[in-house]
Amino acid sequence: MSITIRYFGAIAEQTGCTEELLELDIVGTDIAQLKAYCVRKHQLTDDNIIQIAVNQQLNQTGSIKDGDEVALLPPFAGG
Amino acid sequence: MDTNNQRYSRQIKLSEIGTQGQEKLQKAKVLIIGMGGLGCPAAQYLTAAGVGSIGLVDHDTVDISNLHRQILYSESSIGLPKVEAAKVALQQLNSQTIFQTYTEGLTLSNAVGLFQPYDLIIDGTDNFQAKYLINDACLLANKPWVYASIYKYEGQISVFNYRSGPSYRCLFPKVPKEDISCEETGVIGVLPGILGTYQATEVLKIILGIGQVLSGKLKIIHTLTMQEQLITFQPNEDQINRIKAQPLQLEAINCEVVDKEKYYLDVREPHEQPQPETKNIIRIPLGQLNERHQEIPESEPIYVYCQSGIRSKKAIQFLTETHNFNNLINVDGGIQTILK
Repeated sequence: MSITIRYFGAIAEQTGCTEELLELDIVGTDIAQLKAYCVRKHQLTDDNIIQIAVNQQLNQTGSIKDGDEVALLPPFAGG
Repeated sequence: MDTNNQRYSRQIKLSEIGTQGQEKLQKAKVLIIGMGGLGCPAAQYLTAAGVGSIGLVDHDTVDISNLHRQILYSESSIGLPKVEAAKVALQQLNSQTIFQTYTEGLTLSNAVGLFQPYDLIIDGTDNFQAKYLINDACLLANKPWVYASIYKYEGQISVFNYRSGPSYRCLFPKVPKEDISCEETGVIGVLPGILGTYQATEVLKIILGIGQVLSGKLKIIHTLTMQEQLITFQPNEDQINRIKAQPLQLEAINCEVVDKEKYYLDVREPHEQPQPETKNIIRIPLGQLNERHQEIPESEPIYVYCQSGIRSKKAIQFLTETHNFNNLINVDGGIQTILK
């Protein structure tokens, strides 16, 4: 299945892209596992501050489905 | 048509606004925290729209490096307090708006009282501690606030605490331990202009009671790709109730002790802030010292602190007299005196 991951703020600099397409062959991957995978893949600093949205909804639980859009959102504070 | 109707004729003409809407704007009181890149454009548009009363909060002065994005100021403003320079410029734009300036900035002790007389708060601040403070004080004062943050080419905006809607802590419950400022990362000048103008837009919608307020939604804008996202989120009642149930506190960001080699004993309660992110700190509340004194090393000097220096003094007296410690040194003046 294909998942689109979008990266924001300083995370996009660590990943080197604002968006990537992931091909996962494991059905039943849940959202927390996917986040952990992205954090590991790009060696992101997390400390649980990164929020994750699935199809533009925050705090979703359960499995990722084919075609889902996942966003990794860090807080930032510039003004 | 009188002068005022002429002045605001283009927005009075909008069927959703009309003269009634204009009267609402005239009666509205808006407080802007931080007169930087976000606060300036928000203040300019709200002044121009005829908002009756605007409070300006900032402790900073205008610096030459502000001028590429804080276009309310000019070269002659450099060195002046931001709120004073802003008031002069805004008063020229609209002589009828009443401006209140607060040069002391936002603090733990003035926040709730400062918010009380205003209808809503605009966040133009540039650090996490201020944003969490605005959030918590707005929960206590029961005021909505319009949040925005910027990072290089990217911005976020949302409205919090609006009609029992989510708060900032519902979006970002875990407080980051580090700030990254525009000073360090750089920022494109137009970005706060866009976000500050969006903030003014949300304020106008709330005052006028028109459209859909950006509550429970985070709008993200990237100026390089022009892609936008609208993320939906729900209130987290645990987060909201926890803040409402306790006295207002400052979140500790970038919080470290000056001397990391020393050993410390913190005798405050676990909820007390700030909590430095430093090793070599033993945390035992005053009331538990009798049961837990074995956890305190006796071989090296231990600096004992609390919030103000009073409980730590009592702790030392108790440990010295009852458990024969002779290596304890009081931090007079409390935790703030040992932080960076």
